[in-house]
Amino acid sequence: MAEFHYKLDDDGIATITWDVPEKSMNVLSFDGLRELDAHVDTALGDDAVKGVIITSGKKDFAGGMDLNILARMGAEAGDNPAEGIFNGIMQLHGALRKIELAGMDRKTKKGGKPIVAALPGTAAGIGFELPLACHHIIVADNPKAKLGLPEILVGLFPGAGGATRVPRKIGLMAAAPILMEGRMQSPAKMKGLGLIDEVVPAENLIAAAKAWISSAKDADLVKPWDQKGYKYPGGAPYHPAGFQMFVGANVMIHGKTQGVYPAAKSLLAAIYEGAIVPFDTALKVEARWFTKVMTTPSTAGMIRSLFLNKQALEKGAVRPKEIDDQRVKKLGVLGAGMMGAGIAYVSALAGIEVVLIDATQEAAERGKAHSEGILDGGIKRKKVTPEKKEAVLANITPTTDYGALKGCDLIIEAVFEDPKVKAGVTKQAEEVIPADCIFASNTSTLPISSLASASTRPEQFIGIHFFSPVHKMNLVEIIKGHKTGPRAVAKALDFVRQIRKTPIVVNDERFFYANRCIIPYINEGVLMVKEGVRPALIEHAARLFGMPLGPLQLTDETSIDLGVKIAKATKAAMGNAYPNDAADEVMFKLFDEGRYGRKTNGGFYAYDDKGKRIGLWQGLAQHWPPKAEQPSLEDVKMRLAMVQTLEAVRAFETHVLEDIREGDVGAILGWGFAPWSGGPFSWLDILGAKQAVGICDHLEKTYGARFAAPDLLRELAAKGETFYGRFGPADQAAA
Amino acid sequence: MTEAYIYDSVRSPRGKGKTDGTLNEVPAVRLSALALNEIKTRNNLDGHAVEDVIWGNVTQVGEQGACLARSAVLYSDLDESIPGVAVNRFCSSALESVNMAAAQVMAGMGEGYIAGGVESMSRVPMGSDGGAIAADPTLAMKSYFVPQGISADIIATKYGFSRDDCDALAVESQRRAARAQKEGRFAKSMFTVRDQNGIAILDHDEMVRESTDMQTLGALRPSFKDMGETMPGFDAVALMKYPELEKINHVHHAGNSSGIADGTSAMLVGSKAFGEKYGLTPRARFKRMTKIGTDPTIMLTGPVSVTEKILKETGMKFSDIDLFEVNEAFAAVVLRFMTYFDADPDKVNVNGGAIAMGHPLGATGAVILGTLLDEMERADKETGLATLCIGSGMGVATIIERV
Repeated sequence: MAEFHYKLDDDGIATITWDVPEKSMNVLSFDGLRELDAHVDTALGDDAVKGVIITSGKKDFAGGMDLNILARMGAEAGDNPAEGIFNGIMQLHGALRKIELAGMDRKTKKGGKPIVAALPGTAAGIGFELPLACHHIIVADNPKAKLGLPEILVGLFPGAGGATRVPRKIGLMAAAPILMEGRMQSPAKMKGLGLIDEVVPAENLIAAAKAWISSAKDADLVKPWDQKGYKYPGGAPYHPAGFQMFVGANVMIHGKTQGVYPAAKSLLAAIYEGAIVPFDTALKVEARWFTKVMTTPSTAGMIRSLFLNKQALEKGAVRPKEIDDQRVKKLGVLGAGMMGAGIAYVSALAGIEVVLIDATQEAAERGKAHSEGILDGGIKRKKVTPEKKEAVLANITPTTDYGALKGCDLIIEAVFEDPKVKAGVTKQAEEVIPADCIFASNTSTLPISSLASASTRPEQFIGIHFFSPVHKMNLVEIIKGHKTGPRAVAKALDFVRQIRKTPIVVNDERFFYANRCIIPYINEGVLMVKEGVRPALIEHAARLFGMPLGPLQLTDETSIDLGVKIAKATKAAMGNAYPNDAADEVMFKLFDEGRYGRKTNGGFYAYDDKGKRIGLWQGLAQHWPPKAEQPSLEDVKMRLAMVQTLEAVRAFETHVLEDIREGDVGAILGWGFAPWSGGPFSWLDILGAKQAVGICDHLEKTYGARFAAPDLLRELAAKGETFYGRFGPADQAAA
Repeated sequence: MTEAYIYDSVRSPRGKGKTDGTLNEVPAVRLSALALNEIKTRNNLDGHAVEDVIWGNVTQVGEQGACLARSAVLYSDLDESIPGVAVNRFCSSALESVNMAAAQVMAGMGEGYIAGGVESMSRVPMGSDGGAIAADPTLAMKSYFVPQGISADIIATKYGFSRDDCDALAVESQRRAARAQKEGRFAKSMFTVRDQNGIAILDHDEMVRESTDMQTLGALRPSFKDMGETMPGFDAVALMKYPELEKINHVHHAGNSSGIADGTSAMLVGSKAFGEKYGLTPRARFKRMTKIGTDPTIMLTGPVSVTEKILKETGMKFSDIDLFEVNEAFAAVVLRFMTYFDADPDKVNVNGGAIAMGHPLGATGAVILGTLLDEMERADKETGLATLCIGSGMGVATIIERV
């Protein structure tokens, strides 16, 4: 089926319209590329054609490359994946370069046909790189339009000329936020940067394109880099000003990524090496580095978890198929504390009617005020209109009256973490709510099955565990109790989809999935303090593995009193089997000294009066003096990494996790597990089970039984298998 | 194996390496030629007496480009039959040149050489030759590139040298340099830089500040704090390589780091036969020269590693060495050397160093070897060791013995 349509008007202007069938957003496939290329050939070869408009048949221009295809490119390239990918990318460069040169004489730069990109809306990734190869870019003043190159966010870089054309046009400094942070911009901002040429009213888009074609002269078609005497804006690497900039970029990217993101390194290398050579050579250099990224296992892991599987889970990959639409119309939130207020906000934002209940009217109002605060912040940053604010707030009714829950189809309780309190509100609500209403608990620590015993309809009882702060954290952990039925699961999933977050569904075990893995990570870090490992080494090792926060900083953020509370409750529940006494000694000591973390301006770190973290607390070295002989960085790193990863494997072995995709996506979104790796299961696949078992054996021998390789991992090692090979969807086996 | 000897050693005074420095007006090629002519004249050499001119020079661009060594020969009174090779091993370039000359004599490949180097930092700024190690992302990240000042601060942090420790060393360097100047200890080697009319331009190391004390140094701002902590943030890279450190303590500043300087140095190196031919008396014999590569991020710990290596190679003990010259690139470099070997401060940099007098990159190596030799003769000591830390993580050491 055609993805690009060609039409020649009487005025001699050909229009190539991108309109991929059965998709709401255009994405580029190799078939599509061949069609586009053929149409360009037609236009350039037809004397009747004066100029070409490339536009879209949809409300947006294009979303980028089909990442599914990218993910498979290496695998389909046969014996020499690198060469296959490189050749594929060079074809792409060839097609775009043909558009850019448009048939002009390479020497005189005359005789080319003007080719204009006319973008009705959003253009991302290759959807923006294709316009960058055109001679002129006109964008409709569509308020929803975002333009940019977000590839870096899924572990790639703009490899269809973006890494070469953008810095050559605007210089490394201006290109950095576009390329290295993947920041999408409004058309007005892009025009300010000089990456697009015109912003026009939507209805004038094609007319403006035609007007430009009619007035275009030969010189208008020649890109700066194809002109004599071209100078790299801001200076190429060995120009004095450019040198400082390139050195600075290396340092900033290296420090920020902690060296674990191959795409960031390769992107910078492509820009640097490309800046020194002629344009066509630079494209080749870009293709070589892009190929390098594509063949790095981390890239496949990142694309798989951060894009493909995240999207699949959001679209209901694990939803019970037989249940009909369960979208929420009226939500009751019990408890207007931090979590309840956050849940009310994200729900109201999605247009859901929310009843927000607390014990006093004042507390309920305070919960609603939380939404107001966030929305006001949005207005200040010009992200929210006053009308939007009113509409969202109008969705929230704060009250103390349980009678207001009548007609709710979903209740989420977020009251104090005490089974008795929770049982009380469950009963109170069930007296009022409809018989088919689903009741959810936002507990982070209490078993769902036992909370469900307070309910008269346990098959309609489920856990919906949000992370804090609710409006920023995108993961929602859905917990099935022993009796939870499929409609409750579908309800929870449909609700999470409504509020545009990413769900994972897990079974009911202590701490579910996320906390089950985070707690050992924190404990391992704290235990090392007790052992006399330098706290700086612990924190840096975690960051060098790719964790956003070291375990000690994370503890300060989540608060030490909470940690102590969980530790005491866990110990009471586990008795002699409780493994964390050594780590607890440190936590309890800080607790006794009133150092609860950030909230008391003191914890593992010291803070100034304004709450700014100023460094590790000097007292740590007095209580737990660093040993003279420090462990290797690698050991510290592997302890912190494996302790979480093995917990994830055990969660899968014991069916708390049903799907490794959820384990990986949940780990990255839930607690920031080294995103470069694609998640704990991807990481083990990258390492290879055999090597992973070797690491476990070493750690077990040196540091204790908690590092014993799980049976499943040993089995994979023995058979030479991978997690995604055995448990992943058929097309995701290649890591 | 043929023995290699030092027959003579000369150097220019060191000028301040900025546009207000006295030697700023003197082109690097002329400064070089002055040193070559000085060697020729003082030793009554024929114009074709030596095999080669091996010439250290770090920033080989602009007027220091295009093989400055050969240009200097052609500019000088030496015969055009003498070639010239420009050598760059960063701060050790001149010592490396001397070592290469000695090695060629030892190998029997030549009888006599002039070796040394030059740097006009006021005319050809340091770093103006670019360099992949800083700019090429692949290499910069692989090697955890940070500038030398950050490296010096890593040393201070890792080994616990405080700002006061570093400042105290700087005060002592100034005191020793001023004493040496007053007692004329540099007179034997130093020649006056003159213009084309014979008019004197500079006859002493102009950067020495005898009045330096802890108070004056205490007022100086750390030089590498901003680039380390904010833009572009080198400390983050340093801490990736040295994760056991919580943060980098920025202790170095203009007063306890080597000064940017202009200057040149040259040595006459030859075999016994060479000396006999020209009626020259050997002053010292080369015992051993060696070099080493070390971690490029902390970069400047080479003197320790290379000294251990050369002691091992020669079967000597640290206590067998009577005098040391350890280039004062940064205070922490010397402090690390002294604490590691538990060295007697009275044996190290007896007449001050680059903190007081300046560090003309491509010339310093032969300057400190010459200073060492002069002091060995003055104090009547037998054995001396000269060593320098080197950019990108290297070290070089040379042991000489009086004849």
